[in-house]
Amino acid sequence: MAKIDVSVETDDQPSPPPSHPNTCPSCHSHYRDDELERSLWVCEQCGHHFPMRARPRIASLVDPGSFTEEATDLHSEDPLGFFDLRPYTERLAEAEMKTGLADALVIGRAAIEGRQCELAVMDFAFMGGSMGSVVGEKLSRACDAAAEAGMPLIAVTSSGGARMQEGILALMQLPKTVAAVEDLHDSGNALLCVMAHPTTGGVLASFATLGDVVLAEPNALMSFAGPRVVQEITREKLPDDFGRAEQNLRYGQIDAIVPRPELRPTLSRLLRLFDAPE
Amino acid sequence: MPPSEHELRLRERLGRLRSLPLLGGARISGELERLQRQIARIGEEATDEEIWRKVELARHDDRPYTLDYVERLLDDWFELHGDRALGDDGAMIAGLGKLEGRTVVLVGQQKGRDIHERASRRFGMPNPEGYRKAWHAMELADRHGFPVISLVDTPGAYPGVVAEQHGQGAAIARSQAVMARLTVPAVACVIGEGGSGGAIALALADRVLMQENAIYSVISPEGCAAILWRDAGQAKKAAAAFRPDAVHCLELGVVDEIVPEPHGGAHIDHDMAARLLGHALRESLAELDGIPGDDLRRRRRARFRSLGVFA
Repeated sequence: MAKIDVSVETDDQPSPPPSHPNTCPSCHSHYRDDELERSLWVCEQCGHHFPMRARPRIASLVDPGSFTEEATDLHSEDPLGFFDLRPYTERLAEAEMKTGLADALVIGRAAIEGRQCELAVMDFAFMGGSMGSVVGEKLSRACDAAAEAGMPLIAVTSSGGARMQEGILALMQLPKTVAAVEDLHDSGNALLCVMAHPTTGGVLASFATLGDVVLAEPNALMSFAGPRVVQEITREKLPDDFGRAEQNLRYGQIDAIVPRPELRPTLSRLLRLFDAPE
Repeated sequence: MPPSEHELRLRERLGRLRSLPLLGGARISGELERLQRQIARIGEEATDEEIWRKVELARHDDRPYTLDYVERLLDDWFELHGDRALGDDGAMIAGLGKLEGRTVVLVGQQKGRDIHERASRRFGMPNPEGYRKAWHAMELADRHGFPVISLVDTPGAYPGVVAEQHGQGAAIARSQAVMARLTVPAVACVIGEGGSGGAIALALADRVLMQENAIYSVISPEGCAAILWRDAGQAKKAAAAFRPDAVHCLELGVVDEIVPEPHGGAHIDHDMAARLLGHALRESLAELDGIPGDDLRRRRRARFRSLGVFA
């Protein structure tokens, strides 16, 4: 088996890394950890949205104590015996240690301002939020849970795309999640999608764009192909806001851009509009 | 060397076993395991060079493309050009034709033969307009009870600025969603390059076939090499690691059946390649005949929902 290094694909930051993770890459304001936490990781000077991890994201959205996590026992396998600089299994273990998560998606039942929903939140810190078999399975289970309980599913995405270490089976998670979403649609329950920076590749090309309502955070990159690939293949000059939420809104690809502090009230209103159970 | 009769039969049986949803994932029967071991032995002999040879054959300049098969397999072909929204994408073919007297809808990516056609068909890399053209035709098929045949042959969806502005990701998702909703039989065959999302957009079918020298992968060998080695020249190594070949895809249950090609590859004899493909397509459609639409849809979704390996 050849040895390949996929570290570049999965561990890269979505944008050039700032000098310090707490320094705003846009206006260079610097914050203490507790300041960022209080502002939901939004720069108070310029409105830049820092990456937000899955657990704080859930805490910021749901009623205190209302979240019950599901499918916590699912772990990735290594069907290809994939080896880059280090084995895939080692990278998985490292990601688990680093993030405290079993994989790049957390699912569970929650309530937002008293309205019930199923929630699926991705974490970019776990191998670039890449979608392998576990992410596909958990998203599918979240669709089923929402359908069975008769409530909407809210999916918050942040992902570089399919997890290359799982080869063709990673690609198969696209049709898998699409099939699950179609089952959810048939049950008459809503899918509400929120795309955070970045939502690209296989996640964009499957469940993330199939929501009844599709929202995005300001300036989130939402392109199927990454800017570098587009630049290299086409030699086209890229617009400044290439693939960003603002461009997607302008071209009619999404329904609204919602700044992070407004996300909870916005989702709450949508849950009321879709008659989510109290 | 072409696979032996025995090997092909074995693969076919394994494919069929795999396609039963109950046998997916970790619950595999003894027979399946035995077959897998046999295939593994055959598979072991595929060297890096042999895998790369498949990549070369899958991309061979003289390999039959979608329209070459249309010409040989369908009567009364009528091409449908419109996506009803933005434009006619030359990288995607859609149309109506008769397969042995029965009306079908055929969709598929189309590469070009000469330099001008290659440019106008964008090397078989569709824009969102192309996927919209395909799903529009598939919805037509659903309304009229025509089976859908999709021929997959693309390096990937086109990575362009305008493609992104027109919603490339959403178009690929929507095309899959339309296929997940079909109540008519759908058979897909990877006839050349099954490149990533651009390919899966047309492959959420009841039966997924793959030609012997076709490739199917999550990323192109060059794309992988460019990211991992920062050198597209290392594509051979990348292909060896990913194993985009048909035997590997069959082993994983991603495809149901391998369609044989003429000795030496489909490019050697287009007529023979078309006869073999036509035979496989008709067989698959015959198997799906008489299954009620709701059952087809339920089973199709269950098939894809069973794919994945986890603990």
